[in-house]
Parts: sequence; C-alpha cells; structure tokens
Amino acid sequence: MDLRELYQEVILDHGKNPRNHRFPEHHNREGRGYNPLCGDKIALRLQLDGDTIRDVGFVGHGCAISQASCSTMTEAVKGKTVEEAEALFSKFHAMVMGEDGADDDSDSLGKLVVFAGVREFPMRVKCATLGWHTLNHALRDEGGEATTE
Amino acid sequence: MTQPSTIAIPSGVGFDVRRVQDDFPALHQEVHGKPLVYLDSAATTLKPQTVIDTVSDVYARDCSNIHRAVHLLSQRATARYEDAREKVRSFLNAKSSTEVIFTRGTTESINLVAQSWARTFLQEGDEVLVTELEHHSNIVPWQIVCQQVGAELIVVPMTDRGEILREAFEERLSSRTRLVAMAHVSNALGTVLPVEELIELAHEKRALVLLDGAQAVSHISVDVQALDCDFYAFSGHKLYGPTGVGVLYGRERLLEGMPPYQGGGDMIRSVTFAETIYNDLPYKFEAGTPNVAGAIGLGAAIDYFRSLDLDAVRAHESAVLQYATEALESVSGLRLIGTAPGKVASASFLMDAVHPHDIGTIVDSEGVAIRTGHHCAQPVMEHFGIAATARASLGMYNTTEDIDALVRALHKVQELFG
Repeated sequence: MDLRELYQEVILDHGKNPRNHRFPEHHNREGRGYNPLCGDKIALRLQLDGDTIRDVGFVGHGCAISQASCSTMTEAVKGKTVEEAEALFSKFHAMVMGEDGADDDSDSLGKLVVFAGVREFPMRVKCATLGWHTLNHALRDEGGEATTE
Repeated sequence: MTQPSTIAIPSGVGFDVRRVQDDFPALHQEVHGKPLVYLDSAATTLKPQTVIDTVSDVYARDCSNIHRAVHLLSQRATARYEDAREKVRSFLNAKSSTEVIFTRGTTESINLVAQSWARTFLQEGDEVLVTELEHHSNIVPWQIVCQQVGAELIVVPMTDRGEILREAFEERLSSRTRLVAMAHVSNALGTVLPVEELIELAHEKRALVLLDGAQAVSHISVDVQALDCDFYAFSGHKLYGPTGVGVLYGRERLLEGMPPYQGGGDMIRSVTFAETIYNDLPYKFEAGTPNVAGAIGLGAAIDYFRSLDLDAVRAHESAVLQYATEALESVSGLRLIGTAPGKVASASFLMDAVHPHDIGTIVDSEGVAIRTGHHCAQPVMEHFGIAATARASLGMYNTTEDIDALVRALHKVQELFG
C-alpha cells in the first residue's frame, strides 16, 4: 500500500485549493450531501441550460479526498450534458470501487484517474463519491440530502 | 516539529507493562509492514489471551443453553454464567447479583432503562437531564422516550475545556427532573464528570441517576454503592472483554417495579394465553438465550483486570496520557480538543489544514491505529464548531513509545500536506 497512490499531487493540490469552491452566480438546481460516517457536509449548485451544465460550484468542508473529488468533478462536468455527467459518474464509481473492467475506461476519465488509488482504501471510497452523489441528486432535482450510505 | 520532552515514568512498581503486553496477542502483529501501535482502546480494548481462551473453552467444552436442560453441559454453562454475574457484582460492589443484568452492551442497557422505567413512569411535564458531552447512545434513547411520553429533554452545557460544572448542572436541574442520564467519562474528550457531587444534587430533587460507564470502567474505580447511583451501564468490550455483552446495574427496588423490556423465553415463570407471570430478577430482563460465552468471557476479563495492581495501572495510564498531551502539544499546528483537568485516557486533536480522516489514513499506513470522526458525539463536535477530530486513546498496554510512534506518524502527515 503506497500512500502516494492515494494522495497524488493532483489530489493534494485540489484538496488544498478546491476549484469552483463557490456558488455559481445563477443556479436552477441544488443538492446537499452528507457523509454520516465523518460528518462532512457539502452543498452544490448548478446552472442547467437545457440539457447542459453551464456552471457548477460547491461549498462545504471535508477531507482532502472529498474536497479534491468535488473540485475535479466540477471541472470535469462543466459544459457536459446531464447524460454525459451521469456516464462519467458511473465510470468514476466503477473505478474507485475497483470493479472488473473499470480500467478499460480510464482514458475517458481524464484527470479523474488520479482517484484510482482510492480502491485500495475501502474506508475512503465514500469520501471520493460524496460530491458525485450530491451532483446526481441535484441533477435529478430530488431535494433533501444525498448521503453516502 | 519539535521532539516531545521526556517525562519520567514511575518505574512500574506493581505494574509490568511488558508482561501485560505479552498477554494481548493482537498487539504482536504488523499492519502495512509496520508494527501495530494500537491507540483506539476507547473504541474497543484488545483482549488478553485468557479472555480469548475462556470464550473458546465455553464453546469447546460447555456449549449448551443455560437455565434449562438438566444435562451436565447445561449445568456447567449455567454455573459459569451465574459465576460471571457474581464477578460483575463484586467488580461494581453492587449489593446483590440480582441487580446485575446482562445486556448486549451499554447501548442496550440504556435503552432498557428508557423503555422500561422511563416509558412507564414518566409523563408530560417531566424532564430528563443529559449533558452536552454525551455519546449518541445516551441521547437518542431519551429523545425517543421523551417523544413517547411527552417529557422534555434538557441539556446541561459544557465548558470550552469540555467540563460539566456544578453551577450549570444546578441551573438545569429542577423539581420536574425525574432522571439524570450522564457519562461517567466522556468518550470524545476523556473528561471525568464530578458524578458524586451531581448525583447528590439530583437526589436532593428526588431525580434518579443513570451513569453511562462505558469509558469509565477500565480507567477509574467504580463502586455503585459509594456513588449512590440508581443505574450504571457499561460494555464488556471496553473492559478487555468480548463484544456483544454488557451490563446494566440497577437498584433492586427500582428493577422490581419495572416492567420487562423484552418478552420471550427465560424471562417468564409461567405462560398461558390468559396470563403470563414474569420471572424474578435479574431474569425478568434477560429474555431469550443470552450471550453465554460473552458473559463468561467478561467474567474472565474482570478476573484478569482485578489480578493487576489497579492503582499502578492507573498511575501508568495517567503518566502515558500526560506524556501524550505534552508530545502532541509540541506538534506545530496541532490543537487538543477537550482539556478538562483530571481527564483520562483520551486525547482528541485537530491539525491545521488537515482533515482528521486524512490524518487517520496516513498514520494507519505507519501502523498507528487511531479513531477519526465525530465519535458518536455530534453535539460535542458542534460545540467546538468542527465536524470531526482525531482521537488517540489508551489502554493499559500502551507506552510512551506508542506515543512517539504517533508523533512520528503525524510528522509524515505534515510532510505530505506541508
């Protein structure tokens, strides 16, 4: 087990200086996420223009993994359609869960592959997926709160 | 980061920590290629070989149900189970073993009092007093029963050092208070509550007192008669015993007047569809087949624990905690959460710009096991305006070398995040 596999430079950087760590000026979707395991909470807002995510941002606190995951996620989904964002989440999820064949998709994940090391740390998978669950929640406009449980 | 200053540890008169370490097989292993440093005894203590052997022996030799069959195995298992009850009685200095009820753990013990005593005897306008530093298991059962009967839950605030002061307690206590439910020792902060004084105040108002002793029994001496508490709850697995077994002590007079908590086998004297007559204490509260091997294992844990010079054990733990406190304070950017004078066994802390979960993962990779999170005490976290802490907690087998290993691992955290 190599810690650097988990705490890659990109993750440390985004953990320390998360991008899109603010609410967008305009939004028409909102999601709140909660990890009952550690008490971490985030709120995410996005502006959906037709089917496209025009802008997205989040506020909240958490560990380096969850903050970096939210940060890279907002970068990755900005400008994407809802369908594309959901497909990305499936691939990301398969990767951090270490599902069979997940590696084949690593090209399409771009920068998000830095989270591949999370699969070696099962206790931290929820940290990496909190932001994504919250995004999913916001896209489905479900109200309430997404949890990692 | 500076190296911690060295504190002279009393040279183990009456307590040989190396010999004790030899008794705990789980200590002697590597994790992630490093020797294990176990600093999570507030979550659960490791088990000495004698407890492991006892549980194994119950299954290997005396495996049978208790209080039922006439065959020899059942007689032996029943005798050992009741013998364990007597060991608990003696450990707590209860008047009678009928006041000792085996449960699944502290949580079930508290729920038993909430659903049997409080649900029966509380009504609208009554108040249950808890403190701000309680574990969720000493909050939620009272919320549930207060909702059921229309009573109110009142919270005694703690200070920023994590203390419960007499004045704050007195301010919340009233003639409407029927029960005070409070920790003997805080799990998140290690604070020892001034329970003797608070129990006296509660009794002056004719309120009963339940103590959550989960974090106390392995660190301070407990005498339920001297404390004069009405209920005392603890878990076996935090006293070097097995998981899945715990104890509720209750005054006989109170237990007699309480209805059963669960219905089932062993808690009855006779059953017809017209009428069921309940069994005597303590069996009235032990429905179904209990954790026989667990209770006997707890008895073995108590035997082991009491075979040691407990004053020397406590002096050792207190010296290691003092060493840990100074060592942690010397780590730059580290802040201790919970600094009550006289605290025991736990050091909760935060580090600048590093989330506790990241601390936990990194020190784990160095072989150091600590707990990170809200410690099932979210109101405590809320008080300090934080979501989580990292917590190093001690058992009697820990040494200053373990603290040195923790500090070295925290250095790694700073390297990675610096």
